[in-house]
Amino acid sequence: MTRPAPHNTTEVNRLVRGLIYLVLILFAVYYLLPLYVMVVNSVKPLAEIREGNMLSLPTVFTLEPWFTAWSTAQVGVQATGLKPYFVNSILMTVPAVAISTLLGALNGFVLTKWRFRGDNLVFGLMLLACFIPFQIALIPAARILGLLGLAGTTQGLVLIHVAYGLGFTTLFFRNYYAAFPTELVKAAQIDGASFFQIFWRILLPSSGPIIVVTVIWQFTNIWNDFLFGVSFGDFKSQPMTVALNNLVSSSSGVKEYNVHFAGAILAALPTLVVYIVSGRYFVRGLMAGAVKG
Amino acid sequence: MLRREMNRMSFLQIRKLEKTFGSVRVLKGIDLDVEEGGFLVLVGPSGCGKSTLLNSIAGLEKISGGSISIGGRVIDGLHPSQRDIAMVFQSYALYPNMTVAGNIAFGMEIRGVPKAEREKAIASVAEMLQIGHLLDRKPSQLSGGQRQRVAIGRALVRDPQVFLFDEPLSNLDAKLRVDMRTEIKRLHQRMGTTIVYVTHDQIEAMTLATKIAVLKDGVLQQSGTPAEIYNNPANLFVADFMGSPAMNLIPVDVKRNGSGMVVSTPRDGMEPLVVKIPNAPDGLASHDGRPAIFGIRPEALTDHEGADRNARHVFETECLIEVVEPAGSDTFAVTRLGRKPVTARLRADANVVPGTKARLAFNLDKAVFFDPESGRRIG
Repeated sequence: MTRPAPHNTTEVNRLVRGLIYLVLILFAVYYLLPLYVMVVNSVKPLAEIREGNMLSLPTVFTLEPWFTAWSTAQVGVQATGLKPYFVNSILMTVPAVAISTLLGALNGFVLTKWRFRGDNLVFGLMLLACFIPFQIALIPAARILGLLGLAGTTQGLVLIHVAYGLGFTTLFFRNYYAAFPTELVKAAQIDGASFFQIFWRILLPSSGPIIVVTVIWQFTNIWNDFLFGVSFGDFKSQPMTVALNNLVSSSSGVKEYNVHFAGAILAALPTLVVYIVSGRYFVRGLMAGAVKG
Repeated sequence: MLRREMNRMSFLQIRKLEKTFGSVRVLKGIDLDVEEGGFLVLVGPSGCGKSTLLNSIAGLEKISGGSISIGGRVIDGLHPSQRDIAMVFQSYALYPNMTVAGNIAFGMEIRGVPKAEREKAIASVAEMLQIGHLLDRKPSQLSGGQRQRVAIGRALVRDPQVFLFDEPLSNLDAKLRVDMRTEIKRLHQRMGTTIVYVTHDQIEAMTLATKIAVLKDGVLQQSGTPAEIYNNPANLFVADFMGSPAMNLIPVDVKRNGSGMVVSTPRDGMEPLVVKIPNAPDGLASHDGRPAIFGIRPEALTDHEGADRNARHVFETECLIEVVEPAGSDTFAVTRLGRKPVTARLRADANVVPGTKARLAFNLDKAVFFDPESGRRIG
């Protein structure tokens, strides 16, 4: 006897709900599978990997690949591990994030609270910058870095990332400050505050949400960037992304998959941590100021 | 006029003020004088330019023409912080990241006032406005009325020559608005500083001002004391804008009758109303044979027992009452004259029934006349 067709809404709802969960679980598994494979295989000794079963949990647990990836793996021509390049990434990312956020805030302030002729045009041009693909900017950027004598240096990379990120940071801050009450700026003007005093003491302290958004956005983009790093960095200033590529392609006979996996996770760790810690503030920050309090 | 009197009359002087935004003329040749210690209220409908005028005085808008001076010193062209003014905004504009004390002290900090003096000033202002217990709170932790007082405190501590208020009571609920209105008036009496106050509420204007300036479309319609504005409006707009319920504006025909003037108007349900105007003003005489507008406020149009006993000329007649609105302290009766609704304010217990005729008394002492085309007062 066939099962009677569900003819009340509760049963239909439950069926639909079950279907939705099934689909979601499948998607989650599909999405997380690579990460699982990476994590699981990064703690296996090479012998176990050679046995072939990528999905099995490790029978022998070892952190050896991680230490290797960090300090002794062969990266390009030197066996230094990823540590020096991790430092390069930090030296490049932190200043770039800080400077582009600060400049974006200043730009947003000027564009919204100090109206001048053509300010919409200027904003439109900066917006355009968000749409320019990395690749188009490569040759002009290389020229300029050469002219400035910054080719191959960390400062050069910082400059490129600041210039490239300025469009986005200006956009974020401009939209946030547009919703910021202009009467506050007027009151401060009557109190006698200068441009920078208003910026430091009144605007910035109230910009928490959008600063978080901008920092997360910039950090993720700059840390994960490969193209600028490989084009403009030399072996003294290459960021971690480039080093990872070198690590994986430096073959000295045996492909040490466990080390490669460990290295990849090390490279991705900072952005992962940033999102785990402050991810919820990202959406909150974007929505802040959208509704009048 | 004696020089002393002239100075007393024009502490704040605005001459031929022009303000243009692009191609739009927002302020058209404003001339205003305020005496020292006076309370000037700028009143008018939305878009009349009153906030622009206030911002021009504050220096937040650059003027396109004319001049502004305070105490004899020309201030247009000066930065807002150098004009010796303080402003209270409609949204209070309190700095959200600072405490109440920080908000009040901010201006002093910028100006480099030493800490001890700042503390003293905060304490005295806090005591005057009764916000001493709120000094450590942030603006988001305050109620609307408390925020208002902090905003006033921030302005007070500046000790300026002129206070500027931009619709400060608009964001408060009705009861609080009435309370704060009294507090502002009390503050003015205590401090004696010149105040310029913007509002769209004509009751606020009447109760607070020593001088009212009525604006419409960037043009000053009339400026004068509340009594002058109320009793002697210069044109139809002022007559209609001030007073609630509004003045009755009845279209009439003017005719010479022997040695005096007579106005007549159709009356619903009856023969036309004909009123003899005693001591007719010259303006009315020159309107012989032409239409005019007869203005009379509801309180000058009452029942027989409620008529003003001190009035010299009272004209009584019967009118067909359309609607009766008992309002508690008064009863409003609406009739139709000149094919327009006319409101009469009767005593609360007046015996009026809608659809019947009632005897109404017109207090002709208070009657005013306007030219219907130009809107200007003719008598």
